[in-house]
Parts: sequence; structure tokens; C-alpha cells
Amino acid sequence: MASPETGQRLLLQGNEAVVHGALAAGCRFFAGYPITPASEISELLSVMLPKVGGTFIQMEDEIASMGAIIGASLAGVKSMTATSGPGFSLMQENLGYACITEVPCVVVNVMRGGPSTGLPTNVSQGDVLMARWGTHGDHPIIVLAVSSVADCFSITVRAFNLSEKYRVPVILLSDEVVAHTRECVVLPSQDKIRVVDRIAPSVPPEWYKPYADNNRGVPDMASFGEGYRHHVTGLVHDERGYPTQQPKEIESFLMRLHDKITKGFSEIMITKTQMMEDADVCVIAYGCVSRAAMQAIKMARAHGIKAGMLQLITLFPFPRKAVDAALRQCSAAIVPELNLGQMAREINRVNQTGTRVVKYNRIDGQMITPDEILKQILGVS
Amino acid sequence: MVVETEVIRHEYLRHDKKFPHVWCPGCGNGIVLGSLLRAIHELGLPKDDVVVASGIGCSSRLTTYIDFNTLHTTHGRALTFATGVKLAKPRLKVITVMGDGDATAIGGNHFIHAARRNINITAVIINNSTYGMTGGQYSPTTPYGSKSTTSVYGHVEHDFSIAELAVTAGAVFVARGTVYHAAQLDKLLEQAITKRGFSVVEVISNCHVQHGRRNKLGDAVTMITGFRDRAVPVAKAAKMSAEEMRGKFTIGVLCDVDKPVSSEEYDRIRQESCQLPQ
Repeated sequence: MASPETGQRLLLQGNEAVVHGALAAGCRFFAGYPITPASEISELLSVMLPKVGGTFIQMEDEIASMGAIIGASLAGVKSMTATSGPGFSLMQENLGYACITEVPCVVVNVMRGGPSTGLPTNVSQGDVLMARWGTHGDHPIIVLAVSSVADCFSITVRAFNLSEKYRVPVILLSDEVVAHTRECVVLPSQDKIRVVDRIAPSVPPEWYKPYADNNRGVPDMASFGEGYRHHVTGLVHDERGYPTQQPKEIESFLMRLHDKITKGFSEIMITKTQMMEDADVCVIAYGCVSRAAMQAIKMARAHGIKAGMLQLITLFPFPRKAVDAALRQCSAAIVPELNLGQMAREINRVNQTGTRVVKYNRIDGQMITPDEILKQILGVS
Repeated sequence: MVVETEVIRHEYLRHDKKFPHVWCPGCGNGIVLGSLLRAIHELGLPKDDVVVASGIGCSSRLTTYIDFNTLHTTHGRALTFATGVKLAKPRLKVITVMGDGDATAIGGNHFIHAARRNINITAVIINNSTYGMTGGQYSPTTPYGSKSTTSVYGHVEHDFSIAELAVTAGAVFVARGTVYHAAQLDKLLEQAITKRGFSVVEVISNCHVQHGRRNKLGDAVTMITGFRDRAVPVAKAAKMSAEEMRGKFTIGVLCDVDKPVSSEEYDRIRQESCQLPQ
């Protein structure tokens, strides 16, 4: 079993790379429940975590898994869980708890076909809007999507870093294809990896206000058992952490939760452009579909069409600036997705130039092929 | 005694919290809170090392008022959060406080698995036979035939015996007390907190405002003294017939056994796995 410290070339599947990324980012607690196609993450972490002094536990369900990782994070340990659609549904309750109590944690959702038990072994991107809006109430959240085994490592590290910095749960959307594809990757050595940790309070315990605003909008976070006794509740709370029903306190608290993410937009919004310099047609894609899209763009270029690629890694907060730039530049945008147009809806929402946005969707459990995307590009050229 | 009460009140209650608390006059929750604080005080646990997690409901509001690391979680899930805290930082003393609906309806699965898993956590379950906070609906411990806001014609289901459920699920220490027997409750809580492994203390309590009123069980004092009359020590109950025990329940220690504690076992796994080749 390769340790994450090695800088050697490795043949890994996406789920394994997520594990190495998590360990490199400092994850030392994992709670999960078996589910296809995410189980390899649990299995590998059950081997790796005890070796690095961490903890693996298989809970009785995904509700419990989510509760356990929040508890571990409150005790000061970076924590993660991994699941797929049905389990992700169960996690929504405590995911909201992590949002309101600002507990850093990473939730990996390896997407499979839905709804319900759906297509356990088939690929899908059907959980995109659920990742953003699955738990009730207006809440901040960060959603990242991975498209390759290399991504599974590096974006998992980013997920932990953002979660720690902004004290917000980060959803890492993988999918059955990325999770089970094996690719050769070179993992960077640990000293090349930027690891961000939550900021602990520097004031004496009697001065500590666990939810007080500051210039970052992200309160310093004390771990349980370090002398900073405080109250953590899923009720809307004041800056000391106690339940409040004062309209002024409620609004300023909830606005701060959203503002802290807004303040970090430039860092949080991750997108990648390829061959966009002279592009007239762009494909906007994410996850496994962006791999097929890239191939289609190369084929379109061979046909003499100026096609380019905007890959979304951050899905939420929605990378409006990058999408807007692509829509302004191009006469048409193709949005291929393994759902009925969940991100296309967002893209249309910010489409101020009337650029033609063409959806291309499959929900039959199969991948979208480069040929299919090429056909769409040819159709608008 | 008065002096000690003052010491405990000063030392363990949060004075910067906007009191009053949410509980109705005469509620048994306050008695359990007092007992819990006396037990922790008697054991001399440093406040910084104690984590108290609770779920949702009247009894779970208890965590708001006490000066420890406190965690007011989602409905039924206190034990899942507690499991994460305990495994991540084993040196902390982790106690959960839940109600009957919280622990055995919505949280029933977590409860039996926590008992089976045998992590070093103490679960205090305040059983008042109803969902008080939401207006007196029937809970898993509402007796057959009782009236509630969702069983106005009389309850047609049967109730759990929480302590016996915990024994069957594998808890290594299980006790039942009542809010009438406060001195005994202090001792039961001390024993439970000291016990290595998953310990459970079920506390029979009163909700005269919801359950009591709808079933003509009298005011707080009547209900609480009723526990005195219906409670039978475990040893005495063993010599009584089922007929003699009708309408009564046992109090005291129901189970006290030793089993490997999974949170400690896992530490051994950590040591051993480090020795294996990478």
C-alpha cells in the first residue's frame, strides 16, 4: 500500500486518489457507511488511517457518519465522509448543522444514477443542485467537481483547505466514472502540498466569543478540551453561541455566514480554460464529462472550428465571472451533462448577452462520448 | 449541604447565559441537571475535559445552561456526534443527555448501535413518556392506552423499556433512577460516568404539563411522589411475581459487566498497524 508521502508514479483509481489527497491535507478521521460506488474510499482509509494515528469508523448509517465527522472536527481533527446519492440524502440533516455551526468537514459524493436507489453502478451527475440546496434553509456551502484521478488528489486537498479556512462544509462531487477510472499520477511530496488549518483563538479563554465577527467573517475556532469551553448549537445563535431570537442578531449572524464565502470568491471559484484564446464555440463542462468534452474540442479543431473549453471545478458558489466571460466571447456554448440540465440552468441564469446555450443531456447511466459532443459543436458552427 | 449547592451552582452553571431556562415549573429536568452536576463535582472532573452532548427536546436544552464543552446537536443524533468527539480525543469525558423520543424513536438506531459498539460514553436518558416541547404527542415510552395530542382516543401501541433495551443491545452498565430518588440518581450517574464502556442511565421523570394533565396523573409533586410508590429496587423485584410488578418498574443497577471498549481497542489497532510494512 503506497503511503501518500511518496513522490512516485502510481496507477490509482479516483477513489484511491481521494484517500491520498485527504491524508495529505491532514484528514485524520473518517466515518462512513458502505455504498456503491464510494466504498473503496472507506476500505482504503480503514487501512491507512490507523497507520498515521487517525481514526476510521463504520457507522450505522450516513446520518450517523455525518454526525461523527462533525463531532471529530469539533474535537480538532480534520474529518471526512464519503457516500453516494442515497447516503447523501441522509446526510443533508447534519450537513445543515455543519453549515450553521461552521464546522469544517469534507463530504465526498460519488454520484450514481438516481432518484432513490436508481442505478448504483452507473454514472450520473444528478446530484449537482442537491449538493448546493439539499439541506433546508438559506445556507452557505462550497461544491467542487473532479474530472480525473489527478484532480481527485489535488482538489481533495483544496476541499480541506477551503473548509478549514472558511469554516464551511465542502462537498466534493465525484462520479462513478472518475471514481473507478485508473490513471497514472505522480503525487507531489508532502512538502510541496499547501495545507491550511483553521485558526485557533489567541485570546484568553474568558475573552473568547466563539461566533464573533472579525475582518475575515470567519470566527477563530477552538477545539473541545483546550480550555475554551463554549456552546455549539444548531439553533440560530448569538456571538457567544447561545440561542437567540433577536431579529438583529439573527440577521447579522446569517448574513455573516454568506458574506464570509462572498469575501473569498476569488480564491474559492476554481475554473480551467483550454483553447479559449480564439474560441468562437465553447463547451462548459465538469466532472467526467469534461474529459469527453476536451476530446471533442480537439476533434472540432481538426475540422477547423474554433472550439474551446471552460471546465468548472467549483460548481457553487457559481463561478459567474468565468462563465460570463465565456458567454460574452462565444456565439454558442454547449453544456453537456449527465442530468437534465442542472448546471445549464445556472449558466442560462447569468447569460446576459443572449448567447446560444445548447444543452446536451444523458440520463441513461451511460457516458457522453466525444462524438456526441462534437455533433453538438458542428450543429452550432 | 446548602453551601455545597451554592458551590455547584456557582461553579457549573453558565452565568453569562440569558436565564430563565425553558423548563416549566416542577419539571424533572432540573433535578437531573442537579444530579449530573453533583456527580461530576463529586468525581472531580475538570470542566475543560467534560463534553456534554444533547439532542433536541426539553431535556436536551440542558446543555445550554452548564459550563462544559457543550454540544446541542440535531434530533436523535447526540450519540453520533459524541462518538466522533470521543474517538477524535479519547482523553475527554463524553456524556450525552437525551429524551425518550430523542434517544429511542428518531435516535433509536444510534442508541442500540452505540451500546453494541461499546465506546466509552455515558448516555443519560430522561424519560417523561412524551414529546413535551412539541406539545405532548405520544412517544416510544407512552404507555398503552394513554392519551396524548396524537392519541386522543387512547394509545394503541406498546412502550419500550429503555433500560432493558440498553441491556439487550449490549451496554456494559445500565441503571434506572427517578427524579424522586435524587440521592440515588447522583450515585448512579457517578457509577455510569466512571464505568469503562458504554453506560446508560434512564431517569424516569415527569411531564405534568403534557402527559400528566392529559392522563389525570396530577401535578408535579403528585407525579414525582408517584415514582416513589411505583419504583422497586432491582434486588427486591427479582423476588416479586409479574403480577406484583404490574404498574411498577425497577430502579437501581440492571447490568454491570466488563467488555473490551472499542475506543480503547482501536488504539491497539493504531499501534499494531504502524508496525506493518507500508
